[in-house]
Amino acid sequence: MNLEEFFNMGGYAFYVWSSYGIALLVLLVNIIAPLRQRNKLLNKIADTARRQARRNA
Amino acid sequence: MNSDSLTRAFLILIRRDLMLAVRHRAEMANPILFFVLVTSLFPLGIGANPALLQAVAPGVIWVAALLAALLSIENVFRSDFEDGSLEQYLLSSHPVSVLVLAKITAHWLITGLPLLLISPLLGILLGLPVDAIKVLFITLLLGTPVLSLIGAVGVALTVGLRKGGMILSLLVLPLYIPVLIFASSAVDTAAAGLPVTAHLSLIAALLLLALSLSPFATAAALRVSLS
Amino acid sequence: MFNNFFHRMASPKHFYGLAGILIPWLAVPCLLLTLAGLYYGLVKAPPDYQQGDSYRIMFIHVPAAWMSLFIYIVMAGAGAIGLIWRIKLAEVVAISSAPIGASFTFLALITGSIWGKPMWGTWWVWDARLTSELILLFLYLGVIALNNAIDDKRTAARAVAILALVGVINIPIIHYSVEWWNTLHQGPTVTKFDKPSIHLSMLIPLLLMAVAFKLYYAFVVLMRARCEVLERERNSGWVKELAEKT
Repeated sequence: MNLEEFFNMGGYAFYVWSSYGIALLVLLVNIIAPLRQRNKLLNKIADTARRQARRNA
Repeated sequence: MNSDSLTRAFLILIRRDLMLAVRHRAEMANPILFFVLVTSLFPLGIGANPALLQAVAPGVIWVAALLAALLSIENVFRSDFEDGSLEQYLLSSHPVSVLVLAKITAHWLITGLPLLLISPLLGILLGLPVDAIKVLFITLLLGTPVLSLIGAVGVALTVGLRKGGMILSLLVLPLYIPVLIFASSAVDTAAAGLPVTAHLSLIAALLLLALSLSPFATAAALRVSLS
Repeated sequence: MFNNFFHRMASPKHFYGLAGILIPWLAVPCLLLTLAGLYYGLVKAPPDYQQGDSYRIMFIHVPAAWMSLFIYIVMAGAGAIGLIWRIKLAEVVAISSAPIGASFTFLALITGSIWGKPMWGTWWVWDARLTSELILLFLYLGVIALNNAIDDKRTAARAVAILALVGVINIPIIHYSVEWWNTLHQGPTVTKFDKPSIHLSMLIPLLLMAVAFKLYYAFVVLMRARCEVLERERNSGWVKELAEKT
């Protein structure tokens, strides 16, 4: 099987590759979202802690 | 706490709610008006072709009943939540599930029963045959209590929320789907002149299931919402 | 000692650390299995004699549909454990599962629709499985909406647990009623998704992808649960320490 045939998917290229593309996208978004949320949360918590420390000083 | 006083508490609660409802008679008419209005929108929307109307009638009437039930169930705990008596129920020595069942029963008598009584009129408006109208009546008799019981769980979960109404429909409508399917296909089948015992037994089974589980779920949900 | 172990496991700090260690150990096998599944599914497996190459969508569609149901059951189970034994960690797992489950349900729907286009000639058919999947998506969205609407995290988690339990009792009823409805209103098209038997060359990638999706769920739910734990424990000492280090 050559590469062109592989990408052509027997004429169903659009359907097959869009399915796999959407799946990849959705699965990646689900990994990135909690990573970003964690960073945001930690930054926020550190911010509040610093502000509190300054107020106490 | 003996069962005698529990029965009394159950009946007192129903009587209280019915008396309150009689005092606000005008509000009782709203779900019925809504039900009739929504149903009569369909001929205007899709055309007055009698064959077409008769074909869609079971689904249309049942979807309208679903929406009317959804709109009215929102108020099942509203006034009790606002004046604090809901918290009193949770503190009472009676099982909360029984008190909840009394609330739901009263609510069904006030809002579900009128829908039932007006439904033959809608059947005639949409040109259903007499046999189908009879079956429509029975499906509503068995089905609307299920709607009230399922809806009560959703209301109990959203009772304290500001924008509860929109979320309530999102929670409850998917759970209404089996009732809609069995009931409207029962009416369809009756209109085609076929026996509907199987359909009706399935709706009755749903009613029994909802009757046995929903009061407990509602009670648990109220505890969470009011904690 | 056994009790002690569970107690330590359930402490938020310990969980946060342990989950952090576990995530790569789950993510790497998941990636390897996915690559193997893609290789066997897209390259090795021969085209179907009826559907040509379009059937390869199955390797995503079917495992995603399995996951959508599986995650809902896990969510309800974790919710029940949280409600009955008051284990906060179970609540966290339940609430973290909802968006992942919704994603898989969405994937199953959209790939089913894309697969349906060459097979049925239209993007959407009210086929029993697609309809059930659509209702399942509504159930997930209800859970997520309820969680977002309640400000207090603990109350939200317990409300969600009750809703998930009510949903899980209803799922078989909904599924059965939709199947029934579908046989009554059978259109001109017959579902082509179910095959009486499946050839081994197609079964291998299917199972590889199914296991990969399970691992994916495991590590993503841990990632989400870590965030949830951080947010709940924002005022405790170890979280502040952790935040200062970053």
